[in-house]
Amino acid sequence: MLGDKAFSLIQELDRSQHGTLPPFNEDAVRQALEEIDSLFQQNVADINHLAEDDALVAGIHLRHAALERNKRCLLAYLYNRLERLRTMRWQLGSVLPSDVRTNLCEPELEWFAQYSSTVARYMRSLGDGQGLDLTVDLKPPKNLYIEVRCLQDYGEFELEEGEVVLLSKDSTHFLPMEHCQHLIRQGVLQHVK
Amino acid sequence: MKMADITDDILSASDDDESQVVTAAEVLLKIESLWRTERLSPTLECHQSELVDCMLDQITQMNNNLRRCKKTDLRLAIHRMELERVRYVVASYLRCRLLKIERFTHYLLEKHGELDDPSLALLSPQELDYAKSYAQSIESHFNKLVLRHITHEKLAEFDAKKMSVVPNMNGYVFLKVLKDSPGVLISDQVGENADEEVDLVAGDQHLMMYSSIQELLKSGHVELI
Repeated sequence: MLGDKAFSLIQELDRSQHGTLPPFNEDAVRQALEEIDSLFQQNVADINHLAEDDALVAGIHLRHAALERNKRCLLAYLYNRLERLRTMRWQLGSVLPSDVRTNLCEPELEWFAQYSSTVARYMRSLGDGQGLDLTVDLKPPKNLYIEVRCLQDYGEFELEEGEVVLLSKDSTHFLPMEHCQHLIRQGVLQHVK
Repeated sequence: MKMADITDDILSASDDDESQVVTAAEVLLKIESLWRTERLSPTLECHQSELVDCMLDQITQMNNNLRRCKKTDLRLAIHRMELERVRYVVASYLRCRLLKIERFTHYLLEKHGELDDPSLALLSPQELDYAKSYAQSIESHFNKLVLRHITHEKLAEFDAKKMSVVPNMNGYVFLKVLKDSPGVLISDQVGENADEEVDLVAGDQHLMMYSSIQELLKSGHVELI
């Protein structure tokens, strides 16, 4: 049916679990693009015969609507994938985990790199060029120090005042929150409640 | 002790620049109210980068001051915590703006271009840079994957007017009246020509359409709650 392929892309994305990214469906995108192309060719052919047969107008309109709809669905598919990637930039930082990377297509990886640098440039320019890391406290701070457990051997970790903590597997520490948030997101530390 | 008092306490100590008329605590109160407004408003409010820069500057100064304190001082932890909180408010405010900038990129860039008066600008220079770069990256992504594969020129264009998201100015917001403002026009959306005028009395709280109180919000007659 007309427009089915493009719509199935939207469905696929909508049904996937929130916050995850299914593999880029290159086949369906290509098929939807082919459909756009063939609809367009048919329309061109019909327009040339329009002078002989007025009844062709309805068909042209229908195909044009289907074509616009396909385009819209394709762009929506791309845009919503980017939105999910964007959320990951804020939650996970500028390095994507490998399982996410394998699901992306080449232009998406390029976009992510560009978006990352846009965000970083903006954060550096804040406060008269002093910079402010906006990704540190996504939730309001409750305590200065939090108890964390180390999930893997990370090695030495230097705090702001120059103290050095040895983060070895299964050790627990009481650390300043602002310094260990990035490690928590990377999965090195776990917040113990 | 209220949060503002503590901040006043710690921030005014560092504020020895006499030419500055507003104190750091006043700046903080303003930023807190901007933060609330930004989070509640359906669209992007005017940027306030001077206030934000001023606050960030204060935070850095205070952090430097704290570094000189003795480590065992009990007040140190309390002051640190307070600074973290202030920092969170500023960061959350800026994040909230970025989110709106990303969602309404094309609409905001267009609106921003229409304004002549730089004091009313929606986007700060940095945010403008961000918005442009974001819009460009999205469009080039669309182009790479879909648009350039469409053969017909007219169809292969990205029509921002047709496809981009615009803020819902008719969304409803809760508000509190700060100054008496008589004769606020509430336009009739149903089309029955039943426009209404209401008098807003200071202290009242209302639920109203954003578009009818947008100007009052800018002039500080009402605040969003």
